[in-house]
Amino acid sequence: MAIPAKAALEAESAAVLVEQAFGAEAADTAAPTLAMEARNVSVYYGQRRALTDVSLGIPARRVTALIGPSGCGKTTFLRVLNRMHDLTRTARVEGTVLLNGEDIYGPRVDPIAIRRRVGMVFQKPVVFPTMNIFDNVAVGLRLAGERRRVVLHEAVERALRQAALWDEVKDRLTAPGLALSGGQQQRLAIARALAVSPEVLLMDEPTSAIDPVGTQRIEDLIAELKHSVTIVIVTHNMQQAARVSDYVGFFLMGELVEFDETERLFSNPRDPRTEAYITGRFG
Amino acid sequence: MAALVALGALAALLPLFLVLGYVVREGLGAIDLAFFTRDPAPVGQPGGGVRSAIVGTLIIDLMASVIGVTVGVGAGLLLSEYGHHPMAPVVRLVGDVLGGMPAIIMGLVAYQLVVRPMRRFSALAGSVALGFLMIPIVTRSTESALALVPRELREAGMALGLPRWRVIVSVVLPAARDGIVTGALLALARVAGEAAPLLLTAFGNPYLSFDPTRPMDSLPLRLFVYAISPFQEWHAQAWAASLLLVLMILATTLAARWVIRQRI
Repeated sequence: MAIPAKAALEAESAAVLVEQAFGAEAADTAAPTLAMEARNVSVYYGQRRALTDVSLGIPARRVTALIGPSGCGKTTFLRVLNRMHDLTRTARVEGTVLLNGEDIYGPRVDPIAIRRRVGMVFQKPVVFPTMNIFDNVAVGLRLAGERRRVVLHEAVERALRQAALWDEVKDRLTAPGLALSGGQQQRLAIARALAVSPEVLLMDEPTSAIDPVGTQRIEDLIAELKHSVTIVIVTHNMQQAARVSDYVGFFLMGELVEFDETERLFSNPRDPRTEAYITGRFG
Repeated sequence: MAALVALGALAALLPLFLVLGYVVREGLGAIDLAFFTRDPAPVGQPGGGVRSAIVGTLIIDLMASVIGVTVGVGAGLLLSEYGHHPMAPVVRLVGDVLGGMPAIIMGLVAYQLVVRPMRRFSALAGSVALGFLMIPIVTRSTESALALVPRELREAGMALGLPRWRVIVSVVLPAARDGIVTGALLALARVAGEAAPLLLTAFGNPYLSFDPTRPMDSLPLRLFVYAISPFQEWHAQAWAASLLLVLMILATTLAARWVIRQRI
């Protein structure tokens, strides 16, 4: 009995947040369920405050882009979502972050379990240098204790297919990961993150170190992936945000200035600072 | 400017070539088959070799490496990956002090720690002395090899939901493998030529021995004994022993580099 009641509560809180974010009419028509939800999140590095009181709902199985000039806090916010700030000694996170209704900063929560559910891809493609292509993808599962070869093979193939890399590497799975091109390496990193079946995938400027062709492939991949996984992408490229995302949050000086559906934010921003940024007057 | 740099480089390399050249010139003449297959002969009796010293060197250095690399890599890991651990400053200080310790003092330490309780000289005691000498070198090289591993690699590992120790063992250490192996070899090469720490520990033994709890011969020891002797034949053997020592260290280094290259 407790479970339906909790679910109803969650749905209600999600609807309320959507209402706040999109206005009442949007809540009626769209009402997306939220995969994650940040409430009054602030981040400090030592004494310096890098993020101020950010509240934001991340709709499930949609692409949410975070944009803003350098140093605006968008990457800082992204790293809040899988507790990566735990690794920085001086960093301190305040506020609540819900993952399917559960506070990931709660007292009894294991950050390692959270990171398994919320994967991450970095700006620079990360290939584990001593591992071959197969091992680079299998590493998450294998080190989590999965030993069965069949299971590993299935997971690796699925992840590589999801990352649109399978056809390019299926004949050389034992080649070193570093033998791949930059764009392929980034898709390998995406495959590695996908192999552990995360609910949410965080991408921190995933194409800023990749050539245009590779960027195109990764953008296509994002459009494909959002059917199965919730994606949050940080990008400094507004065109990219407009192309790949369903929702956009605009950050400025550690604050969330505006959050809206992508089309609406780019065509009809409500805040003059958003308008100034997207029309290229600064940043 | 370039000419000055070249001149400086030459001046730095000159002693190396002089030493190598001299050792080869003096040592090569005394090396024959018996040098490898016979144990040391008494004075006046021709045709002795250094078989016991070669075998002893291999055994003592191997055991020393086990001690030095295990403790050294562990300490380097602590300093690099757990720099805020309360033990880290202690380990750093001990490492620095150990690094500045004269080799013969390490022999005395091993004498107190191993020889006195066992009531006899032993190869094991020699290995402890050499192993202690290796620790600070391995610690430092491991720490700097780990510092070169990009932060992104660690973060990518953590982002997969792996525990920290898992990331260190399966991602960070393999990425730093070459640097760690190179550091361990440097440390081994550095201590393999030491005679002083072995004087009061391994002691030396003119007969072939495989028992680590008893005195054992070693090339640097044999070299020392022969070099300070007044006998012509022993001097020749000392030169040959030094050439062999240099070649053994060179061979170890090359072999390990080859192994690393094969595995990439």
